[in-house]
Amino acid sequence: MSRYVVRRLLIAVPVIFGISLVLFTILALAPGDPFEELATNPNVPPEVRMNLRAKFGLDDPLPVRYARWLTSMARGDWGFSFVSRVNVDTLIMQRLPTSLFVLGSAQLLGLLIALPIGTYSALRPYSLFDQIATTLAFIGFSLPTFFTGLVFILVFSLWLDWLPFIYRADIAATGWRWWWENARQAAMPVAVLGLFQGATLTRFVRSAVIDVIRLDYVNTARAKGLSEGVTVVKHVIRNALIPVVTLVALQIPGIFTGAVITEQIFRIPGIGSLLISSILANDTPVIMAITFVFSCLVVIFNLVADLLYGWLDPRIAYR
Amino acid sequence: MEEGQLRALIEQVRAGALSRRGFVQMMVGLGLTAPLAGQMLAGAGVAAAQTKVQYAPTKRGGGGALKILWWQSPTLLNPHFATGTKDQDGSRIFYEPLAAFDPDGNLVPILAAEIPSLQNGAVAKDGKSVTWKLKKNVVWHDGKPFTADDIVFNWEYAADPATAATTISSYKDIARIDKLDSHTVKLTFKNPTPFWSDGFCGYRGMIIPKHVFEAFKGAKSREAPANIKPVGTGPYKYVDFKPGDIVRGELNSTYHMPNRPHFDTIEMKGGGDAVSAGRAVVQTGEYDYAWNMQVEEEIMRRMEQGGRGKFETAPGGNIEHIQCNQTDPNKDVDGERSSIKAPHPFLTDPAVRQALSLLVDRASVQEEIYGRGGQATANFLNSPPKYVSKNNRWEFNVDKANQILDAAGWKRGADGIRAKGDKKLRMVYQTSINAPRQKTQAIVKQAAAKTGIELELKSVTASVFFSSDAANPDIYSRFSTDLQMYTTTQASPDPQTFMEQFASWEVSAKDNKYQGRNITRWRNDEYDKLFRAAETELDPVKRAALFIRMNDMVIQNVVVIPVIFRNKVQAVSSRLRGHEISGWDNDTANLFNWFRV
Repeated sequence: MSRYVVRRLLIAVPVIFGISLVLFTILALAPGDPFEELATNPNVPPEVRMNLRAKFGLDDPLPVRYARWLTSMARGDWGFSFVSRVNVDTLIMQRLPTSLFVLGSAQLLGLLIALPIGTYSALRPYSLFDQIATTLAFIGFSLPTFFTGLVFILVFSLWLDWLPFIYRADIAATGWRWWWENARQAAMPVAVLGLFQGATLTRFVRSAVIDVIRLDYVNTARAKGLSEGVTVVKHVIRNALIPVVTLVALQIPGIFTGAVITEQIFRIPGIGSLLISSILANDTPVIMAITFVFSCLVVIFNLVADLLYGWLDPRIAYR
Repeated sequence: MEEGQLRALIEQVRAGALSRRGFVQMMVGLGLTAPLAGQMLAGAGVAAAQTKVQYAPTKRGGGGALKILWWQSPTLLNPHFATGTKDQDGSRIFYEPLAAFDPDGNLVPILAAEIPSLQNGAVAKDGKSVTWKLKKNVVWHDGKPFTADDIVFNWEYAADPATAATTISSYKDIARIDKLDSHTVKLTFKNPTPFWSDGFCGYRGMIIPKHVFEAFKGAKSREAPANIKPVGTGPYKYVDFKPGDIVRGELNSTYHMPNRPHFDTIEMKGGGDAVSAGRAVVQTGEYDYAWNMQVEEEIMRRMEQGGRGKFETAPGGNIEHIQCNQTDPNKDVDGERSSIKAPHPFLTDPAVRQALSLLVDRASVQEEIYGRGGQATANFLNSPPKYVSKNNRWEFNVDKANQILDAAGWKRGADGIRAKGDKKLRMVYQTSINAPRQKTQAIVKQAAAKTGIELELKSVTASVFFSSDAANPDIYSRFSTDLQMYTTTQASPDPQTFMEQFASWEVSAKDNKYQGRNITRWRNDEYDKLFRAAETELDPVKRAALFIRMNDMVIQNVVVIPVIFRNKVQAVSSRLRGHEISGWDNDTANLFNWFRV
């Protein structure tokens, strides 16, 4: 097992290195300039822009820039944003809690919806409950989040005037009021993302449970006289969870990059909105940091998913 | 309009026959900036009418929270590094200049005790120096006094090329600053400077404290912690700043103006898009104010029905215009297209340019696309017709365009496209990707087709079009097509920098990595001479007359075709008062006067 982990981690090193090289090259080849706004302003002499480019090392050849980025990254120095001149790690740390909170709650909401509904649907396939759940699930994941987001805003903010549609990371209140304000503003984005997530997962859970429930050992468990609840929870769900775990584990890195579109709609100051504004501003150090950390997380969580199989199903051996 | 006529108008203002505002509007109509008009009046000794501010609150604070929305959010809070309006607006919450520009272009003292003028002897007759008296009893947010040393420091800081300040052009022409006493400074310019209120005034004049930034001058400027934690003199003190997201401040209890500010806290939230920002103010009332509402007229009207807020406009200096390439974009001269060595095959023909100008249906563009966000070339429309030379009025007239082209010998071919010899009136017309621009392109193309001119429309992603990547042929400064359209900003209070974009030495070319600002590559000796004369002309009236003549030359020669004079549009809660938005300064320039009823 530990040899397996070490081997996987060693393989990950060249993979991550390759990813960083590809990312850096693509960003360097993409058109645009972080000081573009200065270019169209007649009051700013071109020398200022040239000076800034030279100062931030943008005029050096690509291999030099990549080597510089790689060595400072290896030392733990993420560089600084060309736009705000703030260190990249500071920027990310400012945004991370919000993204983690919103997307984590959405993921949780999704699971809370999907597990009971999916299992119950599978236990009584083609019943009225299953039909309704399936229909709703299809509607849920066919509607893109930017659409449901706008519908929610229209209904809950503009018509009913119940919920705010602008998210503020730091609410100037304490105690219960703080919790209440946070819950109010997070309600819509969490619901939008959670329902989408839940709809997809429901289908997964349902098909996984249906696959397992027909197997012989489930019948054996029932024949032993185990109660239905114990049979389902201990024998069915545990085995059915394997594909679901993979899916969830692979979605966790996504929490880090944030939900780009939903964050734009609700003005959530998360990683997703930082990424999109950095891309629009050609702010290479920030884009590199976010995409690079994302790739690392994907690699790591793939490994985590593989290890979780072993825990859920002891028959799986690591070599 | 000649110098004599201008003088006569100024006399009318002095005698009270013409209102001050009327005069300023007339000058703006002639293509001058409001601050320059104000300067002409001041030079003639017409006292600046102090704009009466209706400020009701009788004590400091107690107004609760002020919540404002900027759909592009500030990314840094050092005014000398501001890359766009958003950063300046954010900095302006905490920092202040010596004087601000009001909507009529008058200087209003902020940190200055009074406005320098020829009359009070603070502006030297030779235009080489100006003396500012500073307000006493102003303290920085950390309690240190604001003095003349801070002024000297800001000049040293911004003028140092190693600092890489974006405000450098406002400070580099100051030869030295002498501290006369603790609250008086004398600025000496390298050359006679007619427009002395560039540095230390308005959005490029915000002043940072010496004691905080002293250690971070020059190459170390990026490392200053105060770049994102401002210490200023403004009405609100720094609480929190997250780049690209939010700026928060609280009431400054030692602010130098009585009973101000009204609000206890301020919050500038960023991100999202203009339409939903408008909704948050006008429809749901979640926010009090939103900046730069690029929203279609119809949507604005629908939102306003709730009565919680409205959209207001302020004329600024943004002109959406079409440029006519004077050089051939299809001929390669030493690896350079649009080189001045290869004149354009037919756009150099004045008849073709005249015809094009007649084919831009500005009225439709205004009504159907920009609504209250723009005025059809207000540049010439705003003034009473009797003051505008007849050639300068815009017109949409397909028949007349046809006549002009017929007379110039452009005959329609079998395919309906006009030609003369082997030259065909077929042009590529490019702009950046932006819905109103694509609609404008379509309107022009339709009219052009009626006169036998074929326009091929091209749109380039904004981030490419406006980039400075000299290797990319699609950037606007390379101008590799026949026509192109974008907005150029005249927000600088003085038109000199703006008008330099037609000077022959500014031609954008491969040699200067396309950094030159003369994009059309139009060259004219007379224009150059007028510009050189305006640079050193100290009499504001003579100088204004020179700018008007330059402006007329550009328009009469159809070097560019102005389309829309774009207004600043903002969404304002119906309970907000005191926000008098000036097109010549930041939206947050008079934040100290804002209050809620």
